Amino acid sequence: MWDYAKMVVFGVIAVLAAIAANYARDIAYLVNALTVMLAAAGMFIYTVRTAGNEKTVDTSGYMDGVVRAGVIATALWGVVGFAAGTFIAFQLAFPSLNFEWAQGYANFGRLRPLHTSAVIFAFGGNALIATSFYVVQRTSATRLWGGNAGWFVFWGYQLVIVLAATGYLLGATQSKEYAEPEWYVDLWLTVVWVVYLAVFLGTIIKRKEKHIYVANWFYLAFIVTVAMLHVVNNLSVPVSIFGSKSVQVFAGVQDAMTQWWYGHNAVGFFLTAGFLGMMYYFVPKQAERPVYSYKLSIIHFWALIFLYIWAGPHHLHYTALPDWAGTLGMVFSVILWMPSWGGMINGLMTLSGAWDKLRTDPVIRMMVISIGFYGMSTFEGPMMSIRAVNSLSHYTDWTIGHVHSGALGWNGMITFGALYFLVPKLWNRERLYSLTLVSWHFWLATIGIILYAAAMWVTGIMEGLMWREVDAQGFLVNSFADTVAAKLPMYVVRGTGGLLFIAGALIMCYNLWKTVVSVPAAAEAPDAVPAE
Amino acid sequence: MDTYSLLREFADSWALLAMTVFFLGVIVWAFRPGSTRGYRDTANIPFRHENKPACDDDTNGAHIKEART
Repeated sequence: MWDYAKMVVFGVIAVLAAIAANYARDIAYLVNALTVMLAAAGMFIYTVRTAGNEKTVDTSGYMDGVVRAGVIATALWGVVGFAAGTFIAFQLAFPSLNFEWAQGYANFGRLRPLHTSAVIFAFGGNALIATSFYVVQRTSATRLWGGNAGWFVFWGYQLVIVLAATGYLLGATQSKEYAEPEWYVDLWLTVVWVVYLAVFLGTIIKRKEKHIYVANWFYLAFIVTVAMLHVVNNLSVPVSIFGSKSVQVFAGVQDAMTQWWYGHNAVGFFLTAGFLGMMYYFVPKQAERPVYSYKLSIIHFWALIFLYIWAGPHHLHYTALPDWAGTLGMVFSVILWMPSWGGMINGLMTLSGAWDKLRTDPVIRMMVISIGFYGMSTFEGPMMSIRAVNSLSHYTDWTIGHVHSGALGWNGMITFGALYFLVPKLWNRERLYSLTLVSWHFWLATIGIILYAAAMWVTGIMEGLMWREVDAQGFLVNSFADTVAAKLPMYVVRGTGGLLFIAGALIMCYNLWKTVVSVPAAAEAPDAVPAE
Repeated sequence: MDTYSLLREFADSWALLAMTVFFLGVIVWAFRPGSTRGYRDTANIPFRHENKPACDDDTNGAHIKEART
């Protein structure tokens, strides 16, 4: 009966998508409608072919199939996102890479949101979904709630990524940073996200442990807050139900403030709270000792939650935003330094008594440097939010350098560490294929990040100083083009850093692949691996 | 009074007080007497059910000996 219901739903979606494609008013909407049609039709055929089959899913163990899929998706989208980023870095250095034949599709303006969304939402998002499903099951000592709803979250999220990415290239964008997808993708993501929340919360509710482990608090804060941010920031009215264009409900400075309330909390809750959930599980597991101070982790959680939400206005210094709002954002950003460093200390001190592992275990080295980068970028951020510093740093490449020391250093490295931890566990292998290759990945990535961040500091401060330089008569000394020309060497260094980083990621993919196919199974098979 | 001013008045007074008190309460709660032992048990959750879920009659991990000392 359930199979027939699914067939009806998929069939109706496919037909509606075909109708939408027929009436499509722009190319992005047309391609997205066709993508939905193909996905629904594929699911329809799959349902028909498997209808009535005896479905014997062993529900006594953990549901790890969806985590395995998430790990694969994380690694693949990571490589795609890093490649896009490295390419657009060289586009900035050498504008002729904006090929004439691909004008309007593969130039910097179209590829840049593809890069940011691919690394944040495809790489980071898949890492968060996969690790949250893994962690919430282990720390609740119960199987994932909701059966195949976990799979719906996984595939639904991949559909969001594909729709958004193809849409960007074909010109569908809301022009909101990190919230570029148009209205129908936003609606679909809302559906997927609500199911994600239900699955996560359902698992916590039926937990067998008395307490909710701190990692789950961070994951839950990430899921709930992102839902709220996403809905409010994407309030828009579509121009036509058959077109991708929509008009924002807010206007002017209200819209800007809503956007940066969203934008900064996307950093605070997607890239910080969620990844701190990873830190609080995988660092203790890899170090084989419990977190340094559980009390500190509770204070870390509540302080972070209470403070982050106010920090957004620091993105709008010297704009139409009232000064008091900017000052509020600035003050909260500076206070935020404290819980951030409290969390960093908690993560690092988890290794106290096990520091020797840094010499022998490159995976823990990766996690430790990620926490180090977390500390550095959470010091740099509050400093840049101070109005006087911001007057120099804003609109320069310093901002880009700051983002990347956080994203590549903190988010990237902790995710790599988690993947190295997860793959042998999920595929029941006794160890990783090669620790030497992990070391290679570690050093390539670290040197790449340092080249990137250092180049952006130099070029950012240089262009900030050039923009404000005035002569004795009070005239500006430099034209904008002068600053662009002066930046070329640093842009080449930045691109080189990107090449090193993606080389490390490719080595990781090879290492993880070999771990699965050629490392012998762990001697003692874990009980009751679910047959999925 | 228009809605904005009304909400602003409330946000600046009672809402601010409530959030501050809640936050300070959390800190006091974390340091309440006897919390250390409970938290030591909670901090060991990741080391208990690595490979398979707890049994149905096992609804509280507190009785399990610490995974490590």
